[in-house]
Amino acid sequence: MMNMNLRSDLGRVRGLGSAKGGTHHWWMQRLTAVALVPLCLWFVAAVVYLAGADYTSAAAWMRSPWHAALLLALIVTLFYHAQLGIQVVLEDYIHVEWVKVTAVVALRFAAILLGLMAALAVLRVYLGA
Amino acid sequence: MAQSRPLSPHLQVYRPQLTSVLSITHRVTGVFLSLGTLLLVCWLVSLAAGPDAYARAHVFFAGWLMRVLLFAWSASLFYHLCNGIRHLFWDAGCGFDIPTVYASGYAVLIATAVLTLATWIAA
Repeated sequence: MMNMNLRSDLGRVRGLGSAKGGTHHWWMQRLTAVALVPLCLWFVAAVVYLAGADYTSAAAWMRSPWHAALLLALIVTLFYHAQLGIQVVLEDYIHVEWVKVTAVVALRFAAILLGLMAALAVLRVYLGA
Repeated sequence: MAQSRPLSPHLQVYRPQLTSVLSITHRVTGVFLSLGTLLLVCWLVSLAAGPDAYARAHVFFAGWLMRVLLFAWSASLFYHLCNGIRHLFWDAGCGFDIPTVYASGYAVLIATAVLTLATWIAA
């Protein structure tokens, strides 16, 4: 019988091949990149505006719903984009399988944790605690 | 799985050129910017922690070493932003011929310099 699968039997047995997640990874990296263009430009302008600002004026700035919402959008997109990018770097340069997998998982946990810390800080200032 | 066969590319045999240098710079600045997100978290958490913590963060960010790092971070951000837009055009299938690749490469470098200097003059 004709085998229509072009992958080798050895490759199939070893579980090599597509993880079926490549397109999603690629697309999310582009989607977050497009979102980060205006968000980063806005953030740089905000940092320039806030440079040298004291606590009161910086906190007052962050209590604006627009500023808080844009900051939260920036945080989510930024950490998502960074995690996707660093993951590819790790996958390219780490050749020991278990070290690579551990590093990619640790990276994702770190990105989520740092993103949560940043988001909670914005919310705390915004909600005026 | 041991792989003793020779693997391409042997980067050391190539003369560096604008295209390859800009490509690896995109990756290096991406890693550097990812590390820089720690500063963003520092700044936001200090603001949330109150006036004393924010004043300490202010002193921390005002130091000359921090200023140098922030300058490098802003230049990296603008480079990654501009070159990222270049990549998005490639993803859309535009600008692949060699003269355009070089022209957009130089445009990215000029835009990075202009945006970085404009930011620090404004700040």
